[in-house]
Amino acid sequence: MTTPLLEARNVTKIFSSRGSIGKKGSVTVAVNQASLTIHADPPSIVAIAGESGSGKTTLSRLLLGLVSPTSGDVFYRGRPMTALKGDERMAFRRDVQAIFQDPFEVYNPFYRVDHALEMPIKRFEPTKSADERRAMIEKALGVVGLRVDETLGRYPHQLSGGQRQRVMVARALMLNPSIIVADEPVSMVDASLRATILESLLNAHDQLAIAIIYITHDLTTAYQVCTSILMMYSGAMVEVGNVDRVIKDPLHPYTQLLVGSIPLPDPTKRWAANVRSATSASGQHSTSQGCSFAPRCPHVMDICREVTPPLFRVNADRAVACYLYRDAPVVSPEDVSALYIGA
Amino acid sequence: MSAAVLQVRNLCVHYDTDAGPIKAAENVTFDLAKGERLGLVGESGSGKSTTVLALLRMVTSPGRIRSGQVVVDGTDLMQLSPEQMRRMRGSAVSLIPQAAMNSLNPVMRIRDHFYDTIRAHDRSMDRRQLAEHSAQLVESVGLRPNVLGMYPHELSGGMKQRVCIAMGICLQPKVIIADEPTSALDVVVQRQVMETLGRIQRELDAAIILVGHDMGLMAQFVDKLGIMYAGRLVEVGPVADVFREPLHPYTRLLINTLPSLDVKAVFKGIPGTTPSLLNAPPGCAFHQRCPDASGSCYESDHVLTEVLPGRWVACPCYAGAAA
Repeated sequence: MTTPLLEARNVTKIFSSRGSIGKKGSVTVAVNQASLTIHADPPSIVAIAGESGSGKTTLSRLLLGLVSPTSGDVFYRGRPMTALKGDERMAFRRDVQAIFQDPFEVYNPFYRVDHALEMPIKRFEPTKSADERRAMIEKALGVVGLRVDETLGRYPHQLSGGQRQRVMVARALMLNPSIIVADEPVSMVDASLRATILESLLNAHDQLAIAIIYITHDLTTAYQVCTSILMMYSGAMVEVGNVDRVIKDPLHPYTQLLVGSIPLPDPTKRWAANVRSATSASGQHSTSQGCSFAPRCPHVMDICREVTPPLFRVNADRAVACYLYRDAPVVSPEDVSALYIGA
Repeated sequence: MSAAVLQVRNLCVHYDTDAGPIKAAENVTFDLAKGERLGLVGESGSGKSTTVLALLRMVTSPGRIRSGQVVVDGTDLMQLSPEQMRRMRGSAVSLIPQAAMNSLNPVMRIRDHFYDTIRAHDRSMDRRQLAEHSAQLVESVGLRPNVLGMYPHELSGGMKQRVCIAMGICLQPKVIIADEPTSALDVVVQRQVMETLGRIQRELDAAIILVGHDMGLMAQFVDKLGIMYAGRLVEVGPVADVFREPLHPYTRLLINTLPSLDVKAVFKGIPGTTPSLLNAPPGCAFHQRCPDASGSCYESDHVLTEVLPGRWVACPCYAGAAA
């Protein structure tokens, strides 16, 4: 098997705040023992989904090397992230590109958008002439479906939110990276433009063979875009597998709750009656033992409150961290990726 | 149309700028029956928030309501004095604001938010009655009465949104306006909040206007859907009909962009961008992006017309279809 492009092995990230007078410090486990493998060949296209506070953004930042794990390791092409220095670090920065949520804040308003597109080329390809840079930019804008004369030479405020976000997609794929990590790229964009942006990401995947990690709270777009999905709750991976199976037939009680709450754009399919009164998850998790979903779970058993469930391999392309499936074999972190490679 | 609790006629709101007026809402006309749920959808900048603020006469400078009528139960709000209008807010028409986290005063207990609102309209209640009434209100939205003694920062986003719902109904309004009440919430909490809102609305038999851009939420919640584009209401109809057979080309394209869980289709957005509301081109506001635009679309704007019973559309493509 080839060396994976990016791999997280049992990573945990704990944010702790020091206490002040009369107050105890608090500890937030943002990511708890998560493992994930992304391959370049064939390029994976994986969704990381969960509600706010589930740790999906922290996991993406760990993969981007923007924060370092409290325990566990992140590997880039088999090398631990912490060992990357100098040229290797530069190669990593070029190979792994990011797209962030807010297309309004990522631009410097004083520069034309050309600046945001030229900087990375100047940084990584300093020998390129102005004409060559222009050609690279025009090619990338073409992939995301933007017209050069309507985009270049403008200031960020002269573009719509959708156009700005597509310029960011163009910027990310311009240097031919192996992977793009897109953190909620469409959550701040209008519905009619959402499709266009996701379309340009899919084009990058299909035409340029770029692997994609799509981080989202929106299961419908995850279903449309990705082949595999990784559901997170309270920092832990609760269900992993082929996206069609997970969405159509969710096994973990949390995934079931989430899928059941999607407001489908179809007046003939309204929410089923009687939603259980469940409280919000954010800010409640602690380091205590047991399944973090236990307080909200309709199927909770004694063991759930005592021991954190491992991922059980329910079938060939699915693993679920829930004792309802404890008859199935336990998956070791190294094998988790095998669940969605073939997908 | 005698059953209509709210009648909006030719409402125009402009924002005056140095470059000229921005026509944020143009000739918005619709009716709302007692107990009916209307959804107003549109992209950002389409004028939906401006429209609902105008219903409460809460548009602030440089915005101004240029013309139009807003008739609630026979009273035209536009004709009232500022003091009369103040009395109507909350009791006739109430607003559940967007971003509940920012609409509660961080240094006031939840209890005092209720007391202030109620006493601004009704001075007859004493403290004990106020406490009882407030407790009933928070219980009706599924919160425990001890929430009343808390400060806003002690509540989660979903709880704050429910407090705002409880405040929106404390004077038993005839029309509740909810402006993107769940935009910052997770799907599970969103569902709970919407179900709370729906139950309360049925209990009061109030009409409700839900503003938002989430077509999924609209499909789940409303009876009647109004689609706004560039400050105009381009289509109004029963929600099931609009989804099954959209009449306006914009509605049709918008519904086609929605991802569903049934089929994995090829993504297609709507090409082009919304026109500037400052110097809007002549003709239909959508003609630059419309696949069906023809002759008259480039010249004159279309008026919202009832082409089938209960179905209104501002597009000539369907003007003949009714005949």
